[in-house]
Amino acid sequence: MSSSSSPFNPWLWQMAWRDSRKSRQRLLLFMSSIMLGIAALVAINSFAINLEKSIDDQAKELLGADLALSTNKPVSPEAQQLIDSIGQERSEERGFASMVFFPKNSGTRLIQVKALQGNFPYFGEVETIPADAFSTFKQGGKKALVDDVLMTQFNIEPGDSVKIGETTFYIIGRILKMPGQSAVSTTVAPTVYIPLNYLDGTGLVQRGSRINYKFYYQLPGTDVEKLAETLEPRLDKEGINSDTVEERKEEIGRTFANMTRFLNLVGFIALLLGCVGVASAIHLYVKEKLASVAVLRCLGAGGWQTFYIFLIQTFLMGFTGALMGALLGSAIQFVLPEILGEFLPVDVAVTIAWAAIGQGVGIGLTMAVLFALLPLLSIRRISPLRTLRASFEEDTSAKDPARWLIYGLIILFVGGFAYLQIRDWRQALGFTVGICVAFLLLTGMGILIMYLVRRFFPVSWSYVWRQSLANLYRPQNQTLILIIAIGLGTFLISTLYVSQNLLLDQVTLSGSGNQPNMVLFDIQTNQKEAVVKLAKDSGIPILQEAPIVTMRLSQINGRTVEAIQKDTSAKIPDWALTREYRVTYRDKLITSEKLQQGQLRKLNSPSDSIFVSVEDRYLERMKLKIGDELVFNVQGSPIKTYVGSTREIDWNRVQTNFLIVFPNGVLEEAPQFHVLVTKVKSSDQSAKFQRELVQAYPNVSAIDLGLILRTIDEILNKVSFVIQFMALFSIITGLIVLSSSVIISKYQRIQESVLLRTLGANSKQIIQISIIEYLFLGALATLSGILLSLISSWLLALFVFEVPFQPVLTPLMVVLVVVTGLTVLIGMLNSRGVLNRPPLEILRTEV
Amino acid sequence: MSSILRVQNLTKSYQSGNRTLTVLDNVSFDVQAGDTFSIVGPSGSGKTTLLGLCAGLDRSSSGSVFLNGVQLDKLSEDERARVRNQYVGFIFQNFQLMPTLTALENVMVPMELRGEKGVAKRALELLDRVGLASRQHHYPTQLSGGEQQRVSLARAFSNKPRILFADEPTGNLDTETSDKVEKLIFELNREQGTTLILVTHDLDLAAKTGRIIRIKGGSVVSDTLTEAVRQQI
Repeated sequence: MSSSSSPFNPWLWQMAWRDSRKSRQRLLLFMSSIMLGIAALVAINSFAINLEKSIDDQAKELLGADLALSTNKPVSPEAQQLIDSIGQERSEERGFASMVFFPKNSGTRLIQVKALQGNFPYFGEVETIPADAFSTFKQGGKKALVDDVLMTQFNIEPGDSVKIGETTFYIIGRILKMPGQSAVSTTVAPTVYIPLNYLDGTGLVQRGSRINYKFYYQLPGTDVEKLAETLEPRLDKEGINSDTVEERKEEIGRTFANMTRFLNLVGFIALLLGCVGVASAIHLYVKEKLASVAVLRCLGAGGWQTFYIFLIQTFLMGFTGALMGALLGSAIQFVLPEILGEFLPVDVAVTIAWAAIGQGVGIGLTMAVLFALLPLLSIRRISPLRTLRASFEEDTSAKDPARWLIYGLIILFVGGFAYLQIRDWRQALGFTVGICVAFLLLTGMGILIMYLVRRFFPVSWSYVWRQSLANLYRPQNQTLILIIAIGLGTFLISTLYVSQNLLLDQVTLSGSGNQPNMVLFDIQTNQKEAVVKLAKDSGIPILQEAPIVTMRLSQINGRTVEAIQKDTSAKIPDWALTREYRVTYRDKLITSEKLQQGQLRKLNSPSDSIFVSVEDRYLERMKLKIGDELVFNVQGSPIKTYVGSTREIDWNRVQTNFLIVFPNGVLEEAPQFHVLVTKVKSSDQSAKFQRELVQAYPNVSAIDLGLILRTIDEILNKVSFVIQFMALFSIITGLIVLSSSVIISKYQRIQESVLLRTLGANSKQIIQISIIEYLFLGALATLSGILLSLISSWLLALFVFEVPFQPVLTPLMVVLVVVTGLTVLIGMLNSRGVLNRPPLEILRTEV
Repeated sequence: MSSILRVQNLTKSYQSGNRTLTVLDNVSFDVQAGDTFSIVGPSGSGKTTLLGLCAGLDRSSSGSVFLNGVQLDKLSEDERARVRNQYVGFIFQNFQLMPTLTALENVMVPMELRGEKGVAKRALELLDRVGLASRQHHYPTQLSGGEQQRVSLARAFSNKPRILFADEPTGNLDTETSDKVEKLIFELNREQGTTLILVTHDLDLAAKTGRIIRIKGGSVVSDTLTEAVRQQI
């Protein structure tokens, strides 16, 4: 035989083309299982590429200036000199948290005040309603620009007023977008802009106030990166941080790269599911082709030749499916800026990203072909004897080493892909193992379900029910594959729901019963008694009060913080060394604390050594032990202390908890403010009290659990919507796998249906059998996914969130009903050809 | 005349649980090139197994098959496929046309497997010879049983085989169609000088060949020349 066995032999391609003529549509449907997975990958990657390009294009808008300096210490004369020396064109901003009061409807809320002076932003546009509001704002006067969402929340319009501290400002517009700020950051703390020259008039800037000072520079023609590098030692000395366009770009780029990589992994799961669907469909396709393969073998075709004919078909259809997926993905990425809108720092210009399309098609096709190879490999072993005896079964007792090679390649590919996304071998391995475990568990559940149905078959049920149940384990059934595909999609979505609710519940629970639910802070020492009285007069108990002194760490056991930072062997995190510590002083433990080591030691005389108590985990992180020396810089004055004890802290409560606690008698004279922890009975009481508080003591801020809950809920909703959007790809992939499996088993179903009709079954009974079968299939697959999600959420609750596991079942019931309903709907839609056609017509037709 | 098929002490057995099932037991015979030859016997006697072994579709448990001088049981499956493609033609009871190929394409396959060029012309000539040139673009499902078997015949002769194996070639056809197909088989066989090995239940059909082997319970019970041959001698 001169016809070569090379896969590039043109005859093989010709045969593949000829043979596929009658099954191209079906093959394409099998391959469309991978379409959504590829679409997800292409959409995310295209979006990532476009986002990166947009960040590059709009880099300067991310900061709004060439250079930004920030510090939360009042600017010293030396620091001011340094700030002045950098450039003339600069703007100044002071930001702090404060309550605002809207006289129109007496609404109050904790917000972020930004007092601005100068021509900031130097790059990018400030978007407002009305459009000229920002230029009016710059002209001066007691005007404020208020966050759009905040205005909507309080039903405030431009022209109304807002009271901040002692001063009432005229609202000239809504602020939609400010260079340097993302929409999600304003969800956490909505911003109100006021002119800097009216800040003092608010009376909110007092000794001990927590104010962030920012300076924005426009430095045309300057190498800003080099300048920032040169200035760094001097800025560090003054406790000033610098931020350049490049730094901001890198930081944002990194954040979004992480996000897109994570979403890519979620999309990849949809692709994997699709591939499992492909493998299953090709398995049945190969079974259909057994006779043709045997004839070819009989006529002299080699094992590899026949294998290549079907591999080429799979490859070509896979390629078409992948291209369709890539096109769909390119279309979906146009929607992504809407979905991710709140998180995006820049306007993303969406264009076709060819690299992402190439990558998506490459990954999708490789995966699909690898999975299809598993059933295709058996073609090599089909015996020509089948031409003589249709019932002939090949001896498959000898293990095919090629099959193990394919399994290995699949796992390697999944691991490799995960590594490329995460860039961490351990996590990539975790992902791969996690996927394998999820697949194995769902497979196990599928097998168990089939076994249980078979074993405990309810023989007393009516024929329709018995036939429907029996269909779940008929030969060539697709029960297992559908339980895996639909189950995994459901698992992803349910896990998200359950975890989100667990976190929210934890916050809700922390404020229930007698737990505190409101914190008042920024109370000046001279206001403390009056605020306590106001609270008590309003029927609100004071559950805890704590003074707060800010300080920085300057030495540990005689070594300066700078020296420790330079010592790479010290392994103490930088943030712990350079952060601003908010410290309290007291001689007793509070309810959220437990003493671990040492004891709280009082100061008996001013000359005594000062023993502080630190959080146990802080002690570990800082590599400290009892008796170690810590020197703090308390607003200019060094205070030497020793570690006297450690405390375990329950951070999950609405309480003021501190890493470091000083004894009484040391910090009383230091600049400080006070925090009061209270409990309000209702949101009405909370609103009334906050109104009175803001009017009497405008500098005091109140944050209640309701606000925390709303904020967390909003953020979680935004995050989970994005993830759910990606998980949806898995569910829809599951439904496509269902469609293709229904269509592939159509011939078998037609024969059954014809037989049943011949025996006297009416259409209603046949439809009932199908509905019940899909109902079982959908419900069992969804339940498997939900069960798995409960296990994973329980593990997350136990080991990651460390919260009690009390899942809310209502959303899961909704998932169960919706996914099962979709399964029945799609199953029935694909079966309608079987049910509507008369028996005789079907008998005469080649399916 | 030289021997085209030599079967020596051929045995085929299967393991079924702890039991060994012997389907063919120590069968031997020779077939000369150009002969027509029938294997007859009741259902389950081992006829089809013997045909499969002679055509190189299966391997024996012991004994040897020499096809055109090539010892088949020493070859791998792919090597046997090459032998089949070079020397063997097949006709099956259930036609075994590839449902996805047209009549013409089905006939072209064996020649294409040999890497021959311009095969459509010869395939069409063969279809014409069996009276189906006008149905060349029809798929098997669009043809009647008799027509399918005639396409199968055209395919069997397309690679100019030295030996033709026919397994109950008229078993699925009505009497009238059977007669036509039988006539065609013998005509084409004569024209091409092919050796014909026929497995059948039909003793009338077997009688049209030169020699009949009767098999029962896996063993050859008789090996006789037919009346037609005896008269010639």
